[in-house]
Amino acid sequence: MNEPIVNLATFAAMSPDAGLRAALQKSRADIIGEISASGIKGRGGAGFPVGVKWNLCAATRGTQKYVVCNADEGEPGTFKDRAILRAHANLVFEGMTIGAFAVGAREGILYLRAEYTYLRPELEAVLAKRRAAKFLGENVCGKQGFNFDIRIQLGAGAYVCGEETALIESLEGHRGEPRNRPPFPVDTGFLGRPTVVNNVETLAWVACILQKGGAWFKTTGTDKSTGLKILSISGDCARPGVYEFPFGVTVAKLLETVGAPDAKAVQIGGASGHCLPSSEFGRAIAYEDAATGGSIIVFGQQRDMLEVAANFLEFFVEESCGQCTPCRIGNARLREGVELLSEGRCSMRYLQELCALGETMQAASKCGLGQSSPNAFLSIVKHFKDEIMGRVSVASH
Amino acid sequence: MLVTERERLREEITALADRHGRQRSALIPILQEIQRGHLQISDYAMQVVADLLDIHPVEVFSVVSFYSFLDEKPKGRFIIRLCRTISCDMAGKAAVARQLENDLGIGFGETTPCGRFTLEWANCIGMCDQGPALLVNDQVHARVTPEKVHEILAACRRVFGIYAQEQKEEHAV
Repeated sequence: MNEPIVNLATFAAMSPDAGLRAALQKSRADIIGEISASGIKGRGGAGFPVGVKWNLCAATRGTQKYVVCNADEGEPGTFKDRAILRAHANLVFEGMTIGAFAVGAREGILYLRAEYTYLRPELEAVLAKRRAAKFLGENVCGKQGFNFDIRIQLGAGAYVCGEETALIESLEGHRGEPRNRPPFPVDTGFLGRPTVVNNVETLAWVACILQKGGAWFKTTGTDKSTGLKILSISGDCARPGVYEFPFGVTVAKLLETVGAPDAKAVQIGGASGHCLPSSEFGRAIAYEDAATGGSIIVFGQQRDMLEVAANFLEFFVEESCGQCTPCRIGNARLREGVELLSEGRCSMRYLQELCALGETMQAASKCGLGQSSPNAFLSIVKHFKDEIMGRVSVASH
Repeated sequence: MLVTERERLREEITALADRHGRQRSALIPILQEIQRGHLQISDYAMQVVADLLDIHPVEVFSVVSFYSFLDEKPKGRFIIRLCRTISCDMAGKAAVARQLENDLGIGFGETTPCGRFTLEWANCIGMCDQGPALLVNDQVHARVTPEKVHEILAACRRVFGIYAQEQKEEHAV
């Protein structure tokens, strides 16, 4: 059996806890300044600037604040956070500790998805070691008055809990239904207290930035998408795995690296992302172009794009929390539409109605899940009309 | 349920509530432990949890019914969750699914009559580079083939120490 490919060279080159030690020598404003200077944006997919988020949380009053690490990695095609937690959990916890110091939090929670329960023992062991080495607990690293500890809470199997307000609902013991925003978690988060929620990868980069400096981070990537990005690449390619690329890398370059010279299409950003046909492989992976939280799925020439769309819609029908109508009903209607298409019984007019429905869902759904759920369907319809329309179904013969 | 069983369950849940605390945020950790120990969260268990946390039982039920890893109906001792999302699908999940159904004699969403296995679909379990993948309770198995399905199930059956008997049941099917 081939060993899985995991390329996390930059994380591996970091010296342990140097970022945290550097941070504890700085003022809180300077730490956030360094993060802002790096230009780092949230690695989970939404791409919110980390410096802004931390600044908002740091500016709130009150002593009871929380730092939450979002390890509810559920986006289809994403497995980079699993790889990071396996190989570099220390870096993630270091990032959480830096965040806690910067915003003034005393408690950290790692929200680990239920499907990753098997990671819990090793993560608890890492936490125990950090406590023993005084990287957690009272007076962290000898810094008087800085008390911080991290606990792990398991999810219970719900994709929507990757959305930060749904995650907080789940932490509080409720159904994982997203909240209206504002108020944002940075002022009204876990138990109504100011809360910073960051992705696993984001927190690992934070620790790197504090060690190497914001300027170092900016040397890679594009103007609007600074730094490196960890990508999880799977599907029809010779070398699927976890890779580190600078932002701005083209899709074509990715395909060359993973060994997929003859790809038909690539799904960027998982089920909630967009499907690019081969004519658009020149596009760049970046927040301002082809944005992804880390999921890249390659489709070979033999793949039926309608089946791909059906698989993604099935996913959303299952994972919609059911709270708002556009997402709950819309995805079920789109899935029915895909069935019609596969039976070859969908008129152009009805397909246009389905696309209009998709656009309504993008505009009217309450949270990111619903808003992005029709993306894959719409992009497949846009780029592969000839393939999906006018099918002669087997049953009609 | 016998009165003594109920009392035992109540005592157990009370101990869980004492450990996790009786605030609302302890609800899911408590439910997870009940699920793990009893393979379900029964109506009575939900009632007890609601009493202890001072919330309405419907609140507890709404949480149990929301999350796919919590269940009010009894599950098997081993819950097999096969990933059906796109990368595992393309890597050949259909053949693995068929073999699981054949070897267990049940369909997806069902539990064997002996109460030992439950077969379910999972949405992306984050093993897309090594599909098809499945979870057996907490443990992950990657690059599963129809042939490996048998090994995985046999390893589960050895836990019961009734390997021979189970084999006979299989042939009867």
